[in-house]
Amino acid sequence: MKPAAFAYHRPGTVPEALDVLAEVGHDGKVLAGGQSLVPLLNMRLAAPAHLVDVNWLAELDTVAVGDRAVRVGAVARHARVEHDRAATGAVPLLGQAIADIAHATVRNRGTVVGSLVHADPAAELPAVLVLLGGTMELASAGGGSRRVAAADFFLGPLESALRPGELATAAVFPRPPAGSGSAWTEVARRHGDYALCGVGVLVVLDQGLRVGSARAACISVGPVPVQVDLTDALGGQPHDGADWAAAGRLAAAAVDPEDDIHATAAYRRHLAGVLTARAARAAAAHAAELLDRGAA
Amino acid sequence: MSEPLHETRLVVNGVPHTVRVPARRLLADCLRADLGLTGTHLGCEHGVCGACTVLVDGRPMRSCLLFAVGVDGAEITTVEGCRAPGGGLGPVQQAFQDCHGLQCGFCTPGFVTTITAWLREHPDPTEAQAREAIGGNLCRCTGYQNIVASVLRAAELLRGSR
Repeated sequence: MKPAAFAYHRPGTVPEALDVLAEVGHDGKVLAGGQSLVPLLNMRLAAPAHLVDVNWLAELDTVAVGDRAVRVGAVARHARVEHDRAATGAVPLLGQAIADIAHATVRNRGTVVGSLVHADPAAELPAVLVLLGGTMELASAGGGSRRVAAADFFLGPLESALRPGELATAAVFPRPPAGSGSAWTEVARRHGDYALCGVGVLVVLDQGLRVGSARAACISVGPVPVQVDLTDALGGQPHDGADWAAAGRLAAAAVDPEDDIHATAAYRRHLAGVLTARAARAAAAHAAELLDRGAA
Repeated sequence: MSEPLHETRLVVNGVPHTVRVPARRLLADCLRADLGLTGTHLGCEHGVCGACTVLVDGRPMRSCLLFAVGVDGAEITTVEGCRAPGGGLGPVQQAFQDCHGLQCGFCTPGFVTTITAWLREHPDPTEAQAREAIGGNLCRCTGYQNIVASVLRAAELLRGSR
């Protein structure tokens, strides 16, 4: 179980990295934290001819907390974002979800942007980016750059809109609107394993502390994160006594999971319902708590 | 066709080394095969079991998921580096002996490195925190009870030595 031979590239700047990626095209793969890629290499499920190691690009090791969003550079590790109180204060869902990514040891090396580009249907961060309406920043040789909305970025299992030769330089997580709260919840066979089902919920309360709008994103129950609008089930209801079970039923009806060796489709659907109800209740409580703290 | 070699510098347990390795040489294999530090064990070789955990610039990482060239210049601490400064068992190693925290010992190097780093930031852990701290390391012998006890005992030894 050892990787096949590859040519190793260690560019010193982003333009240099983009030139190498343009040159190697389909035969190249970007190496960031490697916590998903290296297992695939070790098992020879992937054998790219060229690896472009971006870990040395200090200009991409950034977490910028702005008025409107948190922008995470391509080399920022999960652990760095997780422990950045300004970042998780601005976008609490980031901190809530990252805590459920594998184990601390993996989070010390794995990157936020790498996890997004890997586009694993069981991964937390794609759902977070989708739920917040975030954006990926992609660059290519010769000064090319484009932004892709989260909703258009995840195309299928392990398939994103990133093209050969492109480098994802950053992910932008918008701050949720005023009055909002969020929660992340998931069930795995063992803590730290891939989720059998995971659900993030974003709830926005109105001034009367009633649910104005609510949305969920579910993982491991479809090829990409499944977004569900929960407003029909929860809208207008009090933050501490809405019909959470109805929100769960909406989610369970919206997902289309498959059987695998870890869980049946029926069980995953059941989890989507239970976890959505649980996350919606927690997100509404979180929103009320933030409003209370803001008013104090 | 011979594979190109990359000159790579590693400071392992305080000792500087320069190795010439193919790009695909995993850090775990570099430590074991090139540097003869066989304390680092390889269990699953895909990041699940935690046996190969070493500290890279002080932080626990899976050495089976890192290429040696990828951590060029880094300071690495392996289980061999977790001994007491004057020789003999370090506090975490001593705690494992005191509490029977190992049986076959295969997974132990990964536990010792992980716990050594973790206790620096959590000097007075609860049992629940200790259990969470070792959540990324698999042990097939002990049933974990004595490993949790070892974490708490190591914290006690470290507090006593300060």
